[in-house]
Amino acid sequence: MRYLPKSPADREAMLAEIGVASIESLFETIPAEYRLTHDLEIPRQHSESEILERFRAFGSNVASGDALELAAQPASKLFASFLGAGAYRHYRPVIIDSLVQRGEFLTSYTPYQPEISQGTLQAMFEFQTMICELTGMEIANASMYDGSTGAAESVLMACRVTGRQGAVVARTVHPEYREVLATVTKHQEIPITEVGYVAPDAGNQSGRVDLAALDAAITDETACVLIQSPNFFGTIEDVAAIAEIAHAKGALLIVSIAEAVSLGVIKAPVEADIVSLEAQSFGVAVGFGGPYCGVIACKEKFLRQMPGRLVGETKDTNGKRGWVLTLSTREQHIRREKATSNICTNQALVAMMVTIFLTVYGKQGLRELAEQNLAKAAYLRKTLLDAGAKTKFDGTPRFHEFVLTTKESAAAVNAKLLEKQIVGGLALAKWYPELGESATLWCATELTTKAQMDAAAAVLAGVREQELVGVK
Amino acid sequence: MSYPETYKYAKSHEWLLLEGDAATVGITDYAQSSLGDIVFVELPKVGQEIEAGATFGSVESVKAVSDLYSPVGGTVTEVNSALNDAPETINTAANETWIIKLAVKDAAPGSLLSASEYEKFVAEETGH
Repeated sequence: MRYLPKSPADREAMLAEIGVASIESLFETIPAEYRLTHDLEIPRQHSESEILERFRAFGSNVASGDALELAAQPASKLFASFLGAGAYRHYRPVIIDSLVQRGEFLTSYTPYQPEISQGTLQAMFEFQTMICELTGMEIANASMYDGSTGAAESVLMACRVTGRQGAVVARTVHPEYREVLATVTKHQEIPITEVGYVAPDAGNQSGRVDLAALDAAITDETACVLIQSPNFFGTIEDVAAIAEIAHAKGALLIVSIAEAVSLGVIKAPVEADIVSLEAQSFGVAVGFGGPYCGVIACKEKFLRQMPGRLVGETKDTNGKRGWVLTLSTREQHIRREKATSNICTNQALVAMMVTIFLTVYGKQGLRELAEQNLAKAAYLRKTLLDAGAKTKFDGTPRFHEFVLTTKESAAAVNAKLLEKQIVGGLALAKWYPELGESATLWCATELTTKAQMDAAAAVLAGVREQELVGVK
Repeated sequence: MSYPETYKYAKSHEWLLLEGDAATVGITDYAQSSLGDIVFVELPKVGQEIEAGATFGSVESVKAVSDLYSPVGGTVTEVNSALNDAPETINTAANETWIIKLAVKDAAPGSLLSASEYEKFVAEETGH
């Protein structure tokens, strides 16, 4: 992102204003022999990420604090990470932190109506608008805690809308999202039925929701079907086909999206009734479990059953455009125990990061970002296959994650990777024992470098060579 | 405030018109004036079974949402879907604007009030 003070058009306008034809004629009083006729021999401009990288490199050579302790550390303590699974490393433009740390936003991070400023309201309104445009839904709230609670709240919402008690949930939904859902629904008498996925070697449907099993699992008491796309294995679900099955039986379809960047290239889930999005990928750093930023978007007809805060556009007493917190009668501070949800605060400051991120990237930028993620993941997959590993769920479209299997167990492979300062894929046996002890979920983003991917592949190839030696 | 003599009244501020085993339910003039500008009425589905005293929907004004309670038990035969587009009709004519019609299963409980009893009840409530 460049911040240039004047565009060529600005220069033209300024020259026209003072009646000079060109920059050259502006300086013609200076004798020609003293005028510079070639470019200055200085380096060209750098991108924001290149500049940051440069200063980090400077910083690593500078002793700060205890010089002896620093000298004892290895040259680089930076680890390469191939973890994804609901927590994604993406570049965060520096403008995000410089803006959200302004006191106007930071100290009033979750204001109520009486003290909320028009600036905060406008930012939240724009957040809602962007989420609608991205998800293809008609309305969006001003955020939820995170993707997991957003998915659980969507299920409760579907029960209120349909008057039914029960949800059918795909096993390809993030296992921790399903755990949160189980906790939330346990004492509300909402039975959860899980539906499996098509086997890894079953061609162009492998890793997707088993449609026949889904159809069989939906009953007259099913309020909704909850799926995730791209799902936990990185596979893109056939949202239209699943919507048709759910709707034929009067159930709503909820689509949970854990990797928001995927919306840059994947068709929005417009067939869904409710979309629960985890927006962490949009400018929110990966921390020790948070903060995250969930958001629910849906069809307008479900407006009064939607939980969370909502900002609306209105006119003030002078007829000027303004913003308000609206439809608060659904909310806990007005409706007490009959509120749509007990969510009483939201992630306004984190949603602000998302809004700034999306503003910086724009429509085209988000598409390019998503394409870079696709390309990096394709290279990673190829290079790990070349190193002797195998992938599962081939033949189905995917975003930037895939399931890998190796001859040695996930723990053994990851231990070897860690020696090289590489955090390998996430071991899956804990949630999906049927995939075997070696199954791991790998992710590459635009921040993953070719050198990191090649280094990981070299470790995997080494693992294989040692095995071959053992066999002989 | 006006409370027609032909109606029965619940302490939860609904009016009831009984004609044989057909019941018509709305909210009272007092209820609408307490709520203020009504912006939305949540209606049940036709065919839904409702027990006497149970919630069958809600009415939302600019300041609050209140549940609607059925004075009698029965099956919903009709809902006033005109309220989806013009909920404010309740403010202008609470006594003439019905919300649901029911085929009564449980006869009206004895606790329902006559117009004069209801007027006295409201006076006592607001007196506190």
